[in-house]
Amino acid sequence: MKSLKLASASAISFAAATFAGASQAEDLTLCWAAWDPANALVELSKEFEAESGHKMSFEFVPWPNFADRMLNELNSGGQLCDLLIGDSQWIGGGAENGHYVKLNDFFEAEGIEMSDFADATVYAYSTWPKGTPNYYALPAMGDANGWFYRKDWFERDDIKAAFKEATGRELAEPETQKELLEVAQFFQGREIDGQTVYGAAIFTERGSEGITMGVTGALYPWGFKYENTPGSYDMEGAVNSPEAVEALEFYKEFYETATPPGYTNSYMGESLDAFKSGQVAMAMNWFAFFPGLYADPNTGGDKIDFFVNPPQNQPGSTLGGQGISVVSYSDKQDAALEYIKWFAQPEVQQKWWDLGGYSAHNAVLESPTFKDSAPFAGDFLEAMANVQDFWQEPAYAELLLAMQKRMHDYVVADQGTAQEALDLLIEDWTEVFEDEGKL
Amino acid sequence: MSESTATRAAAATPPRVARKIRGLSDRAIAWLFVGPTIFLLLAINIFPLIWTVRLSFTNFKANRNRPIEWIGTRNYERILTDSDIWLNMQATAHFLFWTIFFQVLIGFTLAYLINKKFKGNDLWTTIIVLPMMLSPAVVGNFWKFLYQPQIGLFNYVVGFFTGKDPSSFEMLGSVDLAPWSIVIVDTWMWTPFVMLICLAGLRSIPDYIYEAAEIDRASKLRQFFTITIPMVLPFLMLAVLFRGIENFKMFDLVVQLTGGGPGSTTELTSINLKREAFEKWRTGYASAYAIILFVTVFGLASIYVKALNKVKER
Repeated sequence: MKSLKLASASAISFAAATFAGASQAEDLTLCWAAWDPANALVELSKEFEAESGHKMSFEFVPWPNFADRMLNELNSGGQLCDLLIGDSQWIGGGAENGHYVKLNDFFEAEGIEMSDFADATVYAYSTWPKGTPNYYALPAMGDANGWFYRKDWFERDDIKAAFKEATGRELAEPETQKELLEVAQFFQGREIDGQTVYGAAIFTERGSEGITMGVTGALYPWGFKYENTPGSYDMEGAVNSPEAVEALEFYKEFYETATPPGYTNSYMGESLDAFKSGQVAMAMNWFAFFPGLYADPNTGGDKIDFFVNPPQNQPGSTLGGQGISVVSYSDKQDAALEYIKWFAQPEVQQKWWDLGGYSAHNAVLESPTFKDSAPFAGDFLEAMANVQDFWQEPAYAELLLAMQKRMHDYVVADQGTAQEALDLLIEDWTEVFEDEGKL
Repeated sequence: MSESTATRAAAATPPRVARKIRGLSDRAIAWLFVGPTIFLLLAINIFPLIWTVRLSFTNFKANRNRPIEWIGTRNYERILTDSDIWLNMQATAHFLFWTIFFQVLIGFTLAYLINKKFKGNDLWTTIIVLPMMLSPAVVGNFWKFLYQPQIGLFNYVVGFFTGKDPSSFEMLGSVDLAPWSIVIVDTWMWTPFVMLICLAGLRSIPDYIYEAAEIDRASKLRQFFTITIPMVLPFLMLAVLFRGIENFKMFDLVVQLTGGGPGSTTELTSINLKREAFEKWRTGYASAYAIILFVTVFGLASIYVKALNKVKER
């Protein structure tokens, strides 16, 4: 009799556990920017739908409006997104303002180890306060700012001879920032196949984050630091160091002497257009676009090659990329966490890379075949080893817009000197940190 | 004969409601009709205004979970002593003055010409008013292409007449030219509006006044300055008022064209305000900024309307 009771209790417990474990099929919405990797994620997520029974919907917003649209959504406590692949700089605000679900307990319960992902991506995309083991996102899309160029032009004998005559050295992928400028200036205004071409497409956009992302591509290799001591907000002497001034002057010279006419407000789209239309010899852009560029029938394949942002005083690349977070206002958090659990699996991460996404999982990045899996894979690894990111403070938008203004005023509008621009930037940032109570 | 408002209102309403209305005074009926409008006005205009005034004395940020602190007039002091904001004000004043100047000048000239009877008059009127029927976002994008240094028609035409290389100058990228480039586009788009108002003014002048002037042997020039201009002036002033208010809050067209750049050369106050309020989320600061702009526009418009009324009374 006793054993019958026990058997009945066990059966009821099992049934209850089974029902409790099988979560209800949900319609999950994942929000991200509208770009090539987003299409790859749609493809990848079909497997999740088949496995879990949940249905995935996607809300992709074009980059120029992405931050505005998504931050408004978060600030208003909107329930549009259950999962959000948000920019790395949002992590501070996402954590402190309660927009993102803290994932530590979930990671622990599901056996997801942050040590399985590249250190730089965990630090940049997942942690707040920076570097502490408090996780608000899983690294989803590794990215950095890199370069691509017209390999077919670089290999032409007439162009190589002209470059040698002009500079005294061989035309090749630049190994320093100054070589980069020299190559760009060489191509500026040159006639190639009856068409006037220009040096390079760089970022100069004023409205969102463009010129900051471009300028930092020069600042970091020169040794730019945001603070003298991390976490102290003492910027005097770091932000406006002689190296920073030199780097900023370099970027302005680059803009003035080696970019196409009218290139005053240009970001990702304009860079891609300039390159694909055969207007420029080189262009800067995020690694995320490189699979699409390589596949382009007109300027891809044999005609294109890639290189990491060249060093100057030290190696340094501007960090892009994002982590995936669960939005705290979602009422489908369990299903959203299921997606993250599924996405964290090494085999899913491998498929993610194969489809054109940039996995940050060590199982993918450390695979012996990774470097040769795409012409830009080795450069990606090199770039990710030396990335630096912008402030990730909750007030990052104020800090970013201040930098946008000061950099555009100096580089494009030719107002003041580099030293003045950086001094004014410190004033702006000091005011922000004072308002935040951090200074 | 002298039916009360309540009785007349009751007669026009269903019997059950009518019985209730009959019991009300005229004043109550009036409030009944006006009440919803006043309520809406209070809810969507007056209350937000008062709330904005309140926020302007705080450090409130709409995207942050932190207590609001009362900081007195600090936001106002910051704004009024910020040299960057005065540069935005200057950019706005430049845009305002020159757009109104050109629109009035060209709009009146066009209206004067269109007012003459000639073949195809109606067709030309329709063609001229086309730009103002387009969306500012479309116009902004359209002109962005026209101003493109390498393929833009505008640069090509200027190059054709001046002999300059079309790609040697950048309308939107040059600090000197960008403020004029937005003036040109706004003038292109809104001159027809001023023209239509002027045309209404010109057509309201009775012919017999000109006939009397002819009999008195007044020259055409004298007729223009003593009849046409004074009689069209109230219309012109009205057009200036409309365009002034519209251009003070200009946003979409300029954002499409320059995004406020190069640097901050074309960052008009409305663009700057939007950045402070909805990109930086400095809600308290942006509220103070909005109040300053509101008082400026309201003050200037009130003075202007008084002047307009005086001109009308003459």
